[in-house]
Parts: sequence; C-alpha cells; structure tokens
Amino acid sequence: MVSPVRLQPAPDLFDVARIRADFPILSREVHGKPLVFLDSAASAQKPQVVIDAVRHCYEAEYANIHRGVHYLSETATHNYEATREKVRAFINARETKEIIFVRGATEAINLVAASWGGANLKPGDEILITALEHHSNIVPWQMIAEKTGALVRAVPTDETGDFLFERFEDMLTPRTKIVAITHASNAIGTVVPIKDVVATAHARGIPVLIDGCQGIVHRGVDVQDVDCDFYVFSAHKLYGPSGIGVLYGKADLLEAMPPYQGGGDMIETVSIARSTYAALPHKFEAGTPNIAGTVGFGAAIDYVAAIGHDAILAHEDDILGYALERLRGLNDIQLVGTAPERASIISFLIDGVHPHDSGTILDQAGIAVRVGHHCAQPLMDHFDIAGTVRASFAVYNTRADVDALIDGLQDVRKVFA
Amino acid sequence: MNDLRDLYQEIILDHGKSPRNFGKPESFTADANGYNPLCGDKVHVYVTLKDGRVEDVHFEGRGCAISMASASLMTEVLVGKTEAEARALFDKFHELVTTEHELVGDDDIDRLVVLGGVRQYPSRVKCATLAWHTFNNAITGAGEPAKTE
Repeated sequence: MVSPVRLQPAPDLFDVARIRADFPILSREVHGKPLVFLDSAASAQKPQVVIDAVRHCYEAEYANIHRGVHYLSETATHNYEATREKVRAFINARETKEIIFVRGATEAINLVAASWGGANLKPGDEILITALEHHSNIVPWQMIAEKTGALVRAVPTDETGDFLFERFEDMLTPRTKIVAITHASNAIGTVVPIKDVVATAHARGIPVLIDGCQGIVHRGVDVQDVDCDFYVFSAHKLYGPSGIGVLYGKADLLEAMPPYQGGGDMIETVSIARSTYAALPHKFEAGTPNIAGTVGFGAAIDYVAAIGHDAILAHEDDILGYALERLRGLNDIQLVGTAPERASIISFLIDGVHPHDSGTILDQAGIAVRVGHHCAQPLMDHFDIAGTVRASFAVYNTRADVDALIDGLQDVRKVFA
Repeated sequence: MNDLRDLYQEIILDHGKSPRNFGKPESFTADANGYNPLCGDKVHVYVTLKDGRVEDVHFEGRGCAISMASASLMTEVLVGKTEAEARALFDKFHELVTTEHELVGDDDIDRLVVLGGVRQYPSRVKCATLAWHTFNNAITGAGEPAKTE
C-alpha cells in the first residue's frame, strides 16, 4: 500500500507550485514550448503518488484478486478492496457494497440502463435526460429505449446553457420512470442543482442517476445528502488511472437489479443448468478487473481528499474567474455557455476561425485544449455550432496558464489575419 | 509559427475563407453527404457527370480551413476528369497527405501540394480527405454518407 504523503493543508495555504511539482508531466515541453495543459476535463494528468501506486502494485503486490490463498493474491485483494472503502468514504456512501467498480462512467450508465432499465422500463415509459448531457448519458438510454419501447426525452436549455428547473419539473410526467442527469456539463461547465433535482423527482417516486464525471472533480458529492439513487464517475478525470470507474447505487436498488455481465467472480455457484449470483458488489463485477488501476485510483482519492474540495474549488474558481475576465475583454471571442453556476470549464469560439484550426495553432504553442463537439452534439446543435474550443482548469492550473492561452489566441489571429 | 505556415499556406487560407464552387447547383447528376464524426464537420458534394467526364463539382458544408480549402481545390481540379482519372487523382492525393513520398509532378498534384503540410498533423488528415471521400461516394452511387472513420 502506498499511503498519501500530503498532510491536510488549510485552504489559504493552497500552494499551486507544490501541487504542480506532484505532476511530472507538467514539466515537459511540447513542440519546444512548456506544456500548458488545459484539457483536464477530457482526462486529468496524474500525480506521482498515483503513478507510484500503479507501479508498486505491479512491481511488488500483484496477483489476481478474490482467488488465491497465497500472499500476493491476498495482498492484491486487500489493496483492491481498500480502494472501495476509500471511494465509499469519499462520496459518503452508507456501505462499501454500494460501490461497484466498472471501466468508467460510460460502463456504469450502460450497466444501469441495461440492468435497471431492462427490468423496469415498459413501452411508453419515459427516460428524462437534459440537453446538457455527454453522449454517454444519452446513447445507453436510447439503446434500452429501443429495446423496451420506452422514450428518451430531454429537458431543453437556454442561450446561456443553463439547467432550466421549471422546464424540468414540467417534463416530469406520470410516465417518467427515471431521471438521468449530469452534475456538471463537460462541454460548457454548467453545474446542475442535483440535490433539488433529486428531491423533486423523488417527490414523484422517480429515481435519479447522476453523471458525476465533472461534478466529482470540481464539486465533490455526498451521496447520502444528495440522496441520488445512482452516481457514476471515472477515475481518470479525478487524477487516477484510465479504465476504472465507479457506479454508486443504493443497496436496495442494486440488490433488485439483474447482473449486467456474467462470468467469474460474480457467481455463487455454477452448474450447467443454472447459476446463482454473488452478493453485492461482486454481482456486478464479472471477470478480472483493472487491479492496478484500482490501486492507483485509491492513491488518487487520497491525494484529492488530502487537498480537499473546498481548497480545490476556491483555487479553480479563481482561475475560472480570471480566465472569464480576460476572455470577455477580447472582442473577437464568443463564449459558449454562460450559466451563472459553473465548473472551471470554458467553451468559446474565435470569430472566423474553426475550432480545429484554433486547436492546431494553440498546440504549436504547447497549449493543449480540446476542440470539437466534446461528445455533446445535442448541446452543440442547440447553439447551432459544430464545436467549440474548450479550456478546462484543474487543481494544477495557474493564472499564468490563462495568460499563455490568451497569448496563444494572438497566434491564431496572426495565421488567420 | 513557421511550421504553421507550411500547414496554413496563403492558398489554403484563401480557399478556406472564400471557397470556390460553394453552394448547391441548379442541376447535378450525383451527390453525397460526408461527415467527420470526430469534429462534427459536414460536407455535401454535387457532381455533374456528362459522357463519362466530370463537368462540374460544387459543395456546401461547414468545417475548418483545411477541410473547406481541400473541398474547394477539389472542385477545381476534378473538372474534365473521367471517373477513372478522378479516382486515380484521389489515390495520389491520399498519398500526398499521408506519406512523405515524392510525387511525380503533374499539374493537378502540383495544385494540391499546398495541402501536403497536413501530413505533419495526423489528426487533421481527415479534414483534408473528407470532401474527396464524399465525391467518391457520389460517383459510385453509394447511398451511405461518406465518413472519415
């Protein structure tokens, strides 16, 4: 086990230089320029403690889990299960059996749509999502809707890209069987008041799944306080390895759901005639999982928890506010998404320049931004654009990164002058 | 910035900003949609074939400077080609934007060489080839939209 090295700092002692030193990749150059990484909303970089934890797992403590009686298998099992407890504590779930390890948020939503949806949806039932969703919170619902005869409906948004609470309430009908909604938009940063959403849906007896991919990073969550039925997120956006993620579900819902995939580790007994399934959480964890990734995920949670969401939010809000102020001072920049409550994600367009051209030119200056539709085509359609340039700010970004971006925009203008 | 000038040459910026043969023509004999799922760019290519030769190519759509300029240049170099010549030119163009091969110069390839800088930017090659894939689908009568993936 690699234990966290960071002590709990007070928010006013937030030291971004020390944070940056934890992330080896931030000291490299790209195209001969210092890397300015503004694409953490797609996937965050990894601190040394996470890299070390994965490495240590393979170098010293690796074997398959839940199988062997030998030392390494028991150690690997212990480390793997230790991450489950860290996740439970991190999101304040009641029990570790409510934490299901999956490949990522995408698999978590597919699991709920196929398992819960397959068992509960009937022709004419409605699945309510929003126009803000990532494709991963749209397509799995469309697939199960097609199978069951249910319908996917989406709460529209406005010119600011905000979550429209009244429209949401209006669209809850007696046929609505589940609400699946993002905690924060990956494309434009809009933060959704998930606690109010859950309370409103629950008043009508409707369960709620929350896509927490961005929310867990920029806000954190207390699943008992929010009272959501499902909360899903990926480790790789939370400074952990890729290929590992979490489905949190309330135990009674998970107990009632049929398994998603069959295989080893998810069974109790198997005969050719029939099998019985393991108890939670293993019922939903067929096959050998991402063991080292899960161990690295545990280190990532320790790392984030030690800094604390209050400190992270205060820092990111500072960078976000500064970036918005600088971008608003440029008359050829059009912000896409201007909701008042937002995570540190900014989408924008440069007049007369396609996002892909902007992205290539910024890259030559060492600045990594995401360009395109951000897997949110319905939202792009709403704004009648093909895509945007997106700058997202993480715990390691600085005001200097924002300055570099603003300077980089000058390069874009020079090419297209 | 100098490397960028290889990619964004004046001709590309010019065709990107003011694409030639842009818009839906009054008549055409074949057409197809093209779509790049990576960036959401869309193009529609209209072809008029007469006696086995390309008489006119128009296009409409939205996209980056590379994809618009490539489509625009394509509409110019394809005029007068037989279907076989057009396909051969597409093959050569594909080679131009994906390999370092020295291509034996002819007038058509010489006109397209400005797009060769794309080969240094693997994620942008598809921007340059989208219109060509779409043209190909139009003349082969493939009912499916052309995709770069």
